[in-house]
Amino acid sequence: MKHARVIFEGREHTGTAHEFNGQPDAAVRLDDGRIVPQEQLTWLPPLAPTPRPRTILALGLNYADHAKELEFKAPEEPLVFVKGQSTLIGHRQFTHRPAGVQFMHYECELAIVIGKTAKNVKRADAYDFIGGYSVANDYAIRDYLENWYRPNLRVKNRDTCTPLGPWFVDAADVPDPMALALKTTVNGTVTQQGNTRDMIFDAPFLVEYFSRFMTLSPGDLILTGTPDGVVDCKPGDVVICEIERVGALINTIQGKA
Amino acid sequence: MTPSPFLPTGTVYGTLLNFRAELDALAPQMTQPPYKAPPKAPVLYVKTANTWSPHGSAITVPSSVPEVEIGASIGMVIGAEGDVEGFVLMNDLSIPHPSFFRPPVKFKCVDGFLGVGPALRDAQEVADPAGFRVEVRINGALKQSIDFSQLVRPAQQLLTDVGEFMTLAHGDVLMLGCDAGRPLARAGDRIEISAPGFETLRNTLVQEAAA
Repeated sequence: MKHARVIFEGREHTGTAHEFNGQPDAAVRLDDGRIVPQEQLTWLPPLAPTPRPRTILALGLNYADHAKELEFKAPEEPLVFVKGQSTLIGHRQFTHRPAGVQFMHYECELAIVIGKTAKNVKRADAYDFIGGYSVANDYAIRDYLENWYRPNLRVKNRDTCTPLGPWFVDAADVPDPMALALKTTVNGTVTQQGNTRDMIFDAPFLVEYFSRFMTLSPGDLILTGTPDGVVDCKPGDVVICEIERVGALINTIQGKA
Repeated sequence: MTPSPFLPTGTVYGTLLNFRAELDALAPQMTQPPYKAPPKAPVLYVKTANTWSPHGSAITVPSSVPEVEIGASIGMVIGAEGDVEGFVLMNDLSIPHPSFFRPPVKFKCVDGFLGVGPALRDAQEVADPAGFRVEVRINGALKQSIDFSQLVRPAQQLLTDVGEFMTLAHGDVLMLGCDAGRPLARAGDRIEISAPGFETLRNTLVQEAAA
């Protein structure tokens, strides 16, 4: 099942993906039974609120081709950073591009959603702890990259810079998350293509690795990194990050003084 | 009945290099690789919710390390209007690490690695955070005295500079930084972090149980 959280007629609803005009997932069946096309909804990040802030772990350089593009050798250990919960926004929302910036790029990423408390999980058991998946767009503003705790929070932790959605997809509906085609279009032109099979550190590895030193809780997120093909995004650009079986996340860049 | 100790409701951010002595100690390396230049903006990190240890609790030291670094600090707790609602003592533990190039998640986000003071001190009572004086005791012996007039970015400046690139939400906590000379401690040690006007934060360190 594909789950959504949306606002319709001023009220928050949960819902599930529904066919509309012959298009799969083009609408949401709300918790009250009404079927509403995507564009009539205000979308929230698809995860239910958790009792404490969710932990958002994000991978850098987790695809060999992207590591090459950025002139680094592939890391021997996951390169990970942490994001604050308040950078998240939903599907069909706007992401701010600060004035005067030279290079701001999207990063289409498979988001792993932890399903149950995970501590010292073995790789062989890792999938038991994954509740499902979503699509994340982990924007970076490269102008602000400094070599202290890189990528620093001024690059990666900005308001509106982590669209997530549209759906939270149950793990059972994604039989092999390590073989999913992934692509990004900007204004309809394909700019980024890849496959989750090319990850350096795959989902079970990451659950094992993190749970060795930190307890992961239901609703925590692991953003698994992005492949080659990031380009600068300007105000007005419509960026769609799409992952097979998981969904197509639409986001529009907005200028901000 | 004793009230429950305070725990944050939002994201907890720490600040690196916000004490003059800490900045001075690293200054000779700052123009060298991998840093190449001193930082222009506040250098922040996140203490994830799995790190939070309430006042009075035991904090587990991983069996893989002999000692941990005690990072006494004061957190500014953000109110509903984006203002500072109060201040709280914090015991920001790290596994000692030499490099500040990559986010040190596995050294800082270990389970239990943030002791959180028992109670908020209301911001209304505080004339100027530069007046804070914090002491760290290990097994009763004074190990560090921290003078918050030595901040590179004083509290208000830090809030302003962080606000340039992100909004702190209601319930988020922004720590003012940890001074140089952070003491080391090991399993069995009792850590006390105290400051005039604050309820003392106590944590004990315990050895990780054998797997």
